[in-house]
Amino acid sequence: MSEQRNLLVVRDLSKSYRLGGGFFASGSGTVRAVDRVTFSIDRGRTFGLVGESGSGKTTIGRMILRVVEPDHGAILFADAGSEMIDLGALKPKQMRPLRRKIQMIFQDPYSSLDPRMTVARIIAEPLRAVHGIARSEIDDRVAEVTELVGLRREYLGRYPHAFSGGQRQRIGIARALVTRPELVVADEAVSALDVSVQAQILNLMLDLQQKLGITYLFIAHDLGVVRYLCDSVAVLYRGRIAEIGGKYDIYRTPRHPYTESLLAAAPPPQPGIDAAPHQREHVAQDHAPDPETTAVGCPYHSRCLYRQEICAYQEPALRTIAPGRLVACHFDLQLHGA
Amino acid sequence: MSDLVVDIRNLTVSFNTRRGDVTVVDALSLPIERGRVLGVVGESGCGKSVMSRCLLRIEAPGKIVSGNVTYFKDSRQALHLESMDATGTTIRRIRWKEIAMIFQEPMSSFGPQHTIGFQIGEAMRLHCADSSVAAVVEALKAVGMPRPDEVVRQYPHQLSGGMRQRAMIAMALSCRPSVLVADEPTTALDVSTEAQILELIRSKQKALGMSVLFISHNLGVIAHIAHDVAVMYLGQVVERSPVKTLFDNPKHPYTRALLQSIPRVDREYSGPLVTLSGNPPSPFALPTGCRFHPRCSERIAGVCDREVPVAETLADGTEVRCHRWRK
Repeated sequence: MSEQRNLLVVRDLSKSYRLGGGFFASGSGTVRAVDRVTFSIDRGRTFGLVGESGSGKTTIGRMILRVVEPDHGAILFADAGSEMIDLGALKPKQMRPLRRKIQMIFQDPYSSLDPRMTVARIIAEPLRAVHGIARSEIDDRVAEVTELVGLRREYLGRYPHAFSGGQRQRIGIARALVTRPELVVADEAVSALDVSVQAQILNLMLDLQQKLGITYLFIAHDLGVVRYLCDSVAVLYRGRIAEIGGKYDIYRTPRHPYTESLLAAAPPPQPGIDAAPHQREHVAQDHAPDPETTAVGCPYHSRCLYRQEICAYQEPALRTIAPGRLVACHFDLQLHGA
Repeated sequence: MSDLVVDIRNLTVSFNTRRGDVTVVDALSLPIERGRVLGVVGESGCGKSVMSRCLLRIEAPGKIVSGNVTYFKDSRQALHLESMDATGTTIRRIRWKEIAMIFQEPMSSFGPQHTIGFQIGEAMRLHCADSSVAAVVEALKAVGMPRPDEVVRQYPHQLSGGMRQRAMIAMALSCRPSVLVADEPTTALDVSTEAQILELIRSKQKALGMSVLFISHNLGVIAHIAHDVAVMYLGQVVERSPVKTLFDNPKHPYTRALLQSIPRVDREYSGPLVTLSGNPPSPFALPTGCRFHPRCSERIAGVCDREVPVAETLADGTEVRCHRWRK
């Protein structure tokens, strides 16, 4: 694959956390929050990361922003014109000029805005970290993004408490866009919104992408939202990638049993469309991962309906089965053949 | 006539705030049939939670201003819940034993300082006969709790979200209530856990013949669990019908817009989603006429902004509050 089209390439990214130590700790040891994760995002596209809570999706987003330090692996970012830069190897000072190119939209539109700042100041905040921008330009840029996200100019002098959830999320998006970033990491950016407002924000994000050519890393647990917004999707399970592919393939023909069970568990808003019989079995048998499971074998094997002997002791590698389509399962091909 | 277990009539609930009184449930009428699941959907602030809490009289700091909440214990006894003292003994005998509730966040429903077994036992001791450890284990087993003998001795923080929700349901069902109020019980859970909990509620409802009032903002969940659905907007029910009718043939423009604005897992989209314009208005400044008219794409000028629509019952059993459907 040509590296030219890639804006971001993540290779073998890993992060472990130590458990225990706290007063209420029930155990100790390490948890592999993110375990050798590899994927790439094309410029101007939307890449979705889905998975249950604890699957490591947020940690990946934070490592790309360098808010969390990776233990291992490379985060290659294609800075305009130059070759790929490994963000993970940069010193904080070297990272600074790149920060404006990678921005973030947060989940909670209530706690992510400082209640003591006016909207104008909130939106301008990331620009203050960029050296050499004139006051007048800051004002121009703020006015520009305010209009882009569909907020009225009069709102700029007000404080966050005066706005509804949807409007606050627009403020959050304006703040992310003011530095004209190339990559925007959106971590559950619409999860806290009501459906009618969620649809407005999703449409806005698509519209902005078309206008500005932004690349999104969209982290979410709602499979419907991901299908609507993303071009490609990576499914994470316990810090590892189960499957990557174009959204059409992932949703039509999941190749990993975990993807299949996730899709079976997400009810579409239509009575009578129940999961297919074998998928219902999936849901019924699915139990929360057993924390005692050892690190050997496929991370999903204890919940998997199709498990074989090999799954318990050998971890499946993430294999390419078609261009852009990768699956980590010993028996992926049998899934839809049977 | 259908067999009702609870009948909510013209219920009005208001809150006293610094900015003045605000009415969050406004002359709402909603019959709950015995042995069925009634789903209530609506966006945040529409009053669905407050309404549901009136069944247990835990609506405080809200106040029931007028209307009735009648509980039909059986064919002969009708109890007026709204006239009971919310802290008195009469309601306490009904609460939990006959009308139980499960909440969104099971962590906040259990105290952190006692074991799961102690807390479920406490509820059983207060409301039903047997509260032995064996009975608690049995209650946990009944909701499919893995390793119930261990869980009895564990503290809430030692359980996963799904297991805590299972324990919460075990506690709620321990006295075999005739009505279960479920307020967004799966919202905080992952999809696969959510599916298991929904399956559990559904099977228990069937086995015990309970009536369930299921509150959710998620139409996908409602489609799968409910027999009948009520759609709420700004403190009122705007549409109510059997689940299939509602999803196949929604009548109210708000219901239709809600259904269209959800990106579906089973569908490919080529254009933007259909959206509702604007935000729900503030309850302090309610629109005149139909409350939905400022956001409605089908409003009739001169009618919808002036006249308050009344609920009409259509031939297919739908009850809808919209001028477009006026006979």
